[in-house]
Amino acid sequence: MAVVINLLYIIASVLFIFGIKMLGHADTARSGNRLSAVGMMIAIVATLLYGGLAWPMIIGGVLLGGAIGAIAATRVPMTGMPEMVAIFNGLGGLASLLIGVVEFVKIYTVKGGVETYLTNLAAQSGVTVPAWFAALAIALTILIGGITFTGSLVAWGKLSEKLPGQPISFPGSGILNILLLLTAIGAVVTFTIAPSGACALTTVIVLISAALVLGVLSTIPIGGGDMPVVIALLNSYSGIAAAFAGFIILNNVLVVAGCLVGASGLILTGIMCKAMNRSLGNVLFGGFGSAAGKAGTAMEGEMKAASAEDAYYVLEAARHVVFVPGYGMAVAQAQHAVKELAEILESKGCQVEFAVHPVAGRMPGHMNVLLAEADVPYEQLWEMDAINRVIDTVDVAVVIGANDVVNPAALDDEASPIYGMPIINVHKARTVYCLKRGKGRGFSGLENALFFKDNVRMLYGDAKATLSGLVSEFSE
Amino acid sequence: MDLAPLLLLLFAFTLAIFLGVELISKVPSQLHTPLMSGSNAISGIAIVGALMALNVGESPVTKWIAFAALVFASVNVVGGYLVTDRMLAMFQAKNKGGKK
Repeated sequence: MAVVINLLYIIASVLFIFGIKMLGHADTARSGNRLSAVGMMIAIVATLLYGGLAWPMIIGGVLLGGAIGAIAATRVPMTGMPEMVAIFNGLGGLASLLIGVVEFVKIYTVKGGVETYLTNLAAQSGVTVPAWFAALAIALTILIGGITFTGSLVAWGKLSEKLPGQPISFPGSGILNILLLLTAIGAVVTFTIAPSGACALTTVIVLISAALVLGVLSTIPIGGGDMPVVIALLNSYSGIAAAFAGFIILNNVLVVAGCLVGASGLILTGIMCKAMNRSLGNVLFGGFGSAAGKAGTAMEGEMKAASAEDAYYVLEAARHVVFVPGYGMAVAQAQHAVKELAEILESKGCQVEFAVHPVAGRMPGHMNVLLAEADVPYEQLWEMDAINRVIDTVDVAVVIGANDVVNPAALDDEASPIYGMPIINVHKARTVYCLKRGKGRGFSGLENALFFKDNVRMLYGDAKATLSGLVSEFSE
Repeated sequence: MDLAPLLLLLFAFTLAIFLGVELISKVPSQLHTPLMSGSNAISGIAIVGALMALNVGESPVTKWIAFAALVFASVNVVGGYLVTDRMLAMFQAKNKGGKK
């Protein structure tokens, strides 16, 4: 039976690999996702072929978890997608952590300690491993799983605005993080040396606590604007946690699948960092925005407010309009209103484009999801470099709740924390309208030099209401 | 102590890293979210670990912890795949040029 199970695991791994490959191309993405789901199904069925399983609990657990997942996934609005992905990711990390705990409890409770445990493990998996290896795998699974879990919860809190989006830091938080990390590493080492015996339980409790607190403390100092990087990184962690869990129970499908996720998450993290022209270390420890209070040249001039009526006259005369969506569009759920306005402009012979910055929003590709939901045609979506080449011929740029990704301080203010980050150069358009909830600073806490430029007008208020107002101006 | 099976596992681990990097190093930005959400669903593979721990021979404590792991992993798997499919359904409708 073990041969059949392992062959099925190989098939599942192949399906995961093809699934991820196909997810990378627009026309095959959906079938890729389904293929990987089939792979998951095969992996689960193969595991059920092991004898002696507690069926009532298995059926109950899968039904309960599956129902919760299905209901959450079908009810969540597209604008709530980043939070949802963060929560799912956190639960994956928690599951890995608990698997680590389960294996520890087995070692702790079994007569004969780690030797008996390893004998039982060898009987189940057919592989004999040294005690230090099993213990190290357990400790690392608990550590990474714990960081993933609470880190994702904090990300969820920030994304759903249950926690403030601004970076939260306090004096000494850096030192505390280092101490916690050292504690965690110490616990990992201690547990690897002495996985059973009197102190083992204490070690594991210290390890779990340190991991959970580390997850929180390493995520709260990161501002909302950096969330795409954080989400991608946490995604990577959850894969690595699963891969380590695979090393504990010596299961190759866990190792391969977890590792694929870990690697793909790391790549996405790299892409996001590159889009901001910052290193990962800078994102994690730089607190982009936490330094905003002191850094950056003071702004001169004033923000000029405009009414929807003014904007209407300018838009009506425009022949080329570019919309630049950001997180504000997501919060206001304004994507359908934008699409409606774009259609009206098009029907008047105006050329309309949507310029999407790679890190606009709160997760990688966030804006593309929202614009897809509103049926914006693919041909109208332009990437940053493409739109920047023609931006000075654009009559009107409409910035919908985007902040840092259009901040010209990134180009010319060396004192600014975002200096060097590639932006969409909307300030070069003839006229710019910025839709913004209020005069306050954006999510990142940075003052935006764009708002003080001569060709820029502010449209204050909820983005959806403002856009609907414009649409009705046109229909009158 | 025979380390060969362990080394094979490490071998698979190392190859999978390179494979993962190779697979998605050039993904268009419009697909970043579904890709992440889809690979997130795959990380629910931890479900296999939970299932294996739910053995009749285990102590009740072990079983209940494994049960909790199973529930969380199931949420991750089912929810992750469904959410990704929902997102991709919108992308597909759009790519076919259908307006509504």
